[in-house]
Amino acid sequence: MATTPSPGPVRLRVRRGSGSDPSVFRYDSFEVPWEEGMVVLDAVHYVQAMVDPTLSARWNCKAARCGSCSAEINGRPKLMCKTRVDSIDGEITVEPMKAFPLLKDLVTDVGENWKVAAMIPAFSPKSPKAREWKFYQRDVERSREFRKCIECFLCQDVCHVIREHEAEYIGPRWVVKAASLDMHPMDSLNRSKFMKDAGGLGYCNITKCCQEICPEHIVITDDAIIPEKERVVDRRYDPAVWLYRNLPRDQRQLEVAIKKVLKLAFWAALLAPLVAVPILFLAKALLG
Amino acid sequence: MVFSGRVEASEVRAARVSSEFIIARRRAQLLSAVNLWSSRTPPKLVAKDDRTRSERTCDVLVVGAGGAGLRAAIESHDAGADTLIVCKTLLGKAHTVMAEGGIAAALGNVDPEDSWKVHFSDTVVEGQNLSNWRMAEIFAKEAIDRVYELEEYGALFDRTPEGKVSQRAFGAHTYKRLCHIGDRTGLELIRTLEDQVVKRGVTVMDEVAITRILRSRESGNATGALGIDIRTGGLILFRFRALILATGGCGKVYQVTSNSYESTGDGLALAYRAGAKLMDMEMIQFHPTGMIYPIGVRGLLVTEAVRGEGGVLTNAMGERFMSKYDPKRMELSARDIVARAIYSEIVAGRGTQSGGVYLDISHRGAEYIRNKLPSMYDQFIEFAGVDITKQKMEVAPTVHYQMGGVRVDPESGETSTKGIFAAGEVACGLHGANRLGGNSLSDILVFGRRAGAAAAVFSASTVAESVDDAELEKEVDRVLAPLSDKPGTNPFWMKRQIAKNMWEHVGIVRNKADLDAGLAEVARLGEAAAEVRAPGERAYNQAWLDTLQVSDMLLVCEAIIRSALARTESRGAHTRSDYPRPDPKWLANIITVERDGKMKHELEPVPVPPPELDALINRE
Ligand SMILES: Cc1cc2nc3c(=O)[nH]c(=O)nc-3n(C[C@H](O)[C@H](O)[C@H](O)COP(=O)(O)OP(=O)(O)OC[C@H]3O[C@@H](n4cnc5c(N)ncnc54)[C@H](O)[C@@H]3O)c2cc1C
Ligand code: SF4
Ligand code: SF4
Ligand code: FES
Repeated sequence: MATTPSPGPVRLRVRRGSGSDPSVFRYDSFEVPWEEGMVVLDAVHYVQAMVDPTLSARWNCKAARCGSCSAEINGRPKLMCKTRVDSIDGEITVEPMKAFPLLKDLVTDVGENWKVAAMIPAFSPKSPKAREWKFYQRDVERSREFRKCIECFLCQDVCHVIREHEAEYIGPRWVVKAASLDMHPMDSLNRSKFMKDAGGLGYCNITKCCQEICPEHIVITDDAIIPEKERVVDRRYDPAVWLYRNLPRDQRQLEVAIKKVLKLAFWAALLAPLVAVPILFLAKALLG
Repeated sequence: MVFSGRVEASEVRAARVSSEFIIARRRAQLLSAVNLWSSRTPPKLVAKDDRTRSERTCDVLVVGAGGAGLRAAIESHDAGADTLIVCKTLLGKAHTVMAEGGIAAALGNVDPEDSWKVHFSDTVVEGQNLSNWRMAEIFAKEAIDRVYELEEYGALFDRTPEGKVSQRAFGAHTYKRLCHIGDRTGLELIRTLEDQVVKRGVTVMDEVAITRILRSRESGNATGALGIDIRTGGLILFRFRALILATGGCGKVYQVTSNSYESTGDGLALAYRAGAKLMDMEMIQFHPTGMIYPIGVRGLLVTEAVRGEGGVLTNAMGERFMSKYDPKRMELSARDIVARAIYSEIVAGRGTQSGGVYLDISHRGAEYIRNKLPSMYDQFIEFAGVDITKQKMEVAPTVHYQMGGVRVDPESGETSTKGIFAAGEVACGLHGANRLGGNSLSDILVFGRRAGAAAAVFSASTVAESVDDAELEKEVDRVLAPLSDKPGTNPFWMKRQIAKNMWEHVGIVRNKADLDAGLAEVARLGEAAAEVRAPGERAYNQAWLDTLQVSDMLLVCEAIIRSALARTESRGAHTRSDYPRPDPKWLANIITVERDGKMKHELEPVPVPPPELDALINRE
C-alpha cells in the first residue's frame, strides 16, 4: 500500500453533556495523532484511552454493519466508524443526534423506535409451509434493498417532519420497514390503511434529505416512500395495481389462472349462441 | 423512569388497539421530540456509592440478544414462560449482524445428493474428533427445519432458478450448503428474529450488562443476577428460575479480531464464577482472511464467500500457494489449514510488504461481484480505497470464533450448574477443534431453540428461591469499587494490553515458552488491574463497564492459556510448534473449573458415537 505523508494531528471537537441536565453542555477540543485510514471513531477511542476516559460514545462493530455509532459530524448525520478523518478539512466537530433525547456526550436514547416497530403489522405469509414456497430471484430483489437497513436512525434524525413540526409520522426508517414487508413476495397483508392513518405517510413532503444521508445507500424516498404513497392512494381503484398484485407468480398459480381462463372460454362458447340468436332475430325484426 | 424507551408487553398490545390511540400517542411523543438535545424523562444522576437496586422478576432470563438469545426467547415465550431478554448493546446490534456468508443446512436444493448425514460427517471430521457426536447429529438434522422456519418468520433468502432457497459452496462442506442473503445473512437473521420478538411482546431490556449470576444458598441453583442499567448507571437485581446464557464469543481478548466490541467473553466468566464447567478453551479459530490495511480496520473480516465464489489466494511471488497445502480443495480447504498456510507463507518471507497475502476475485467481473458480494465491495472501497472488481485484496489471519466455551448437555443446553442453560457461541461441544463456515448460524438457532424449550420446562418444575444475600452484597461492593475520580490506570488502555499479550503469545502457532510468557503477563496485568479506575458519573460510563470487563477478560485469557499448555499436541485450530502432530491419547476434552478458588483442569474422554452414526463418518 502506498503511504501518504502525515498531514499532522487531527483536531477533534466534541460536544459534552449529560442527559440529567441537557441545558448544561460544553465543547472539548483534542489533538489526536494521525494514522493512515483513520476514521472518526478511531479518534474518539484515542481520546478515551489516552486523554479522557469519561467521554461516552456508543459503538459495537466498527465496520459500518450495526448502526450503533450514529452522530452528527460537522453538522451532517453520519456513522463515526465509516467517516474517514481525511474526508474532512480542518477541525472535526462531533455532536450527538439532535432528534433523540441525550443520554451522555455522543449517546442518545433511540428506544422510542421500538414502540414504532411494534405498531407496524408484522409479516404474515400467504401459506404457512415454507418448504412448498416457490418464488424467484427477481421477486426477492424488490424487497432486498430495504433489508440492507442497519437501523442507524440517521434518517429519522435528519427528517424535518420529525425534527421540527408536530406531526404524527413514523419516519423514513419505518416506511422502509413497511416497504420491505409489503414487497416480500409471500406477504399477504395490505398495510396501506396503517400507513395512511397511524403511519402518517401524508406528512412526508418528499424532500429526500433522508435518502441523501443513508449510509447503506438505500434510495429511501424514491424506492420506498413514493411507492408506498402511491399504494395508499390508488390501491383500491387502480386497475394497474390490481393487475400487478394478482398476476400469477409461479408455475402453480399460472396453472390455476390458465384453468380459470379456459373455463370462462368454455362457458362463453356455450352461451354465445343462446345470446346471439335472439339478438339476430331482434335486429332482423327492427331493420326488417 | 428506568425502563423508558423499551418495548413493554402491555404497550405492544395497547398499540394495536386503535389507530386513534396511536395517533394521539405519536403526537405526544413527537411534540416532546421537538425539544432538541433534551431528554423527555431526564434520567436522575445516580450517586457513586448508591447501592440501591431495582428488581425484576421473571421465569426465564435470557442474557444476550444475538441469534441464540432471540431464538431461545421466542421458544421459551411460546412455551408459556414469562421471558425477559437483557443484552448489553442495543437490540438488533448483537454481533450476529456481522455474519456474512450464510447459514449451513443440508436442504439439498442445489446439490440433491446432500443430506443431514453428510453434513453430520463434515462437521465431525473437520472438528478433528473432538466434537460431541450427539450435538452434531441433532444439529445436522434440525438445521434444515430452522432455515425453513426462518423463512416463515420473514427472512428472504436468495433463490435458485427453480425458485427454491439457493445454496453456495463454503470451505470443507462436501456440497453446496450455505443458504444466504447476499453477504448480509446475519443482518437478516437478526432483523427477522427481532421482528418476532417485538411481535410477541417479549420484554427486551437492552443496554443492561449482567455482572454476576447469583445462587441460592440452599440448593446451589442459579436464581438471580446483578446487572447494570448502562443508560442510568443504576443497579438491577434479576430474580428468575432459569437463565439462558447466549452471550457470544470472546474474540476481543485478541488484538486482531473480526469480532465486535461486545465479544469479551462475559458469559464464560459468568458461568465459571457460578461454578459451571468450561471446555476446550484452547480452541480459538483464526479466520484465514482478515483485512490488514488500513490499521484501524485490521482484522475486519473478508468473508469466506469471496473464496466460495471463486476467489484465489496468491503470495507476493504470484504463486497460488494453496496447491502446496491442500491441492484437492485449494482455497476451499478447512479454515485451520488455510489460516496456517497463509501464516506459513508470511513467516517464510513470501508475504506482501504489509504482511499479508493477496486474495483476488476480479476475474468474476464487476457485475457479478457487486451482486454477490455487495458488502465486501463497499467495505474495501470505503475503508481501504480498493476496488475489488479490479484490484487484489491484501489479507491475513484474524481471530474469529471460539469453539470452546461452557460445557452443556447436548439435548437441552443445561450447564453443570442447575438453572443455567447456554447456547450459541458461548456454549461448547458441536465444533470440536475447528468450526466450519456457516455452521454457527445454524448452531445458534438449533441450540437456542432447544435451550429456550428446556429452560421453560425447568422453570415450570422448580420453585422460586431466594438469592444468597452475602454473595449479592459482595458483588455490589466489587461493582462499585472502581468508581472513583482518584488517579488510576485507564481501563481502555488496560484492555489494549490484554489483547496485545494474547496476540503475541497465544497466536496461531503456539509453544510452551510463549504460552508461559503469556501466562506470566496475565498474572502481571491481573495485579495492575487493581489500579484501574473509572472516573465520572455513572450514566453511560463505558470506562466503568470496561473496568469490570478487565477481570472477566483476564479470567478468559488464563483459561485459554492453561488449556493450551495442557494440550501437548496439534489438533485443528490448536497448533503447537513443540508438539506438531495430533496424538491419539488426546482424544479428550479439557475441562476448566473452579475448585477452592483456583482454576483447575480435568480431562474427559470424547464420547464415542454409536456404530450406526460412526458408519456415517467419512474419514477418507
Ligand atoms: C465478521 C463475522 C462474520 C461471520 N459470518 C458467519 C457466517 O457467515 N456464518 C456463520 O454461520 N457464522 C458466522 N460468524 C459467526 C457467527 O456470527 C457468531 O458465532 C454468532 O452470531 C454468535 O451468535 P450468538 O447468538 O451466540 O452471540 P452474539 O450474536 O455475539 O450475541 C451476544 C449477545 O450477548 C450480549 N451480552 C454479552 N455479554 C453480556 C453481558 N455481560 N450482559 C448482558 N448481555 C451480554 C450481547 O449484547 C449480545 O446481545 C461470523 C462472525 C463474524 C465475526
Ligand atoms: S423525504 Fe420525507 S421522510 Fe425523508 S426527510 Fe424528507 S420529509 Fe422526511
Ligand atoms: S434507512 Fe438508512 S439511514 Fe435510515 S435507519 Fe436504515 S440504514 Fe439508517
Ligand atoms: S460501530 Fe457499528 S456501525 Fe459504527
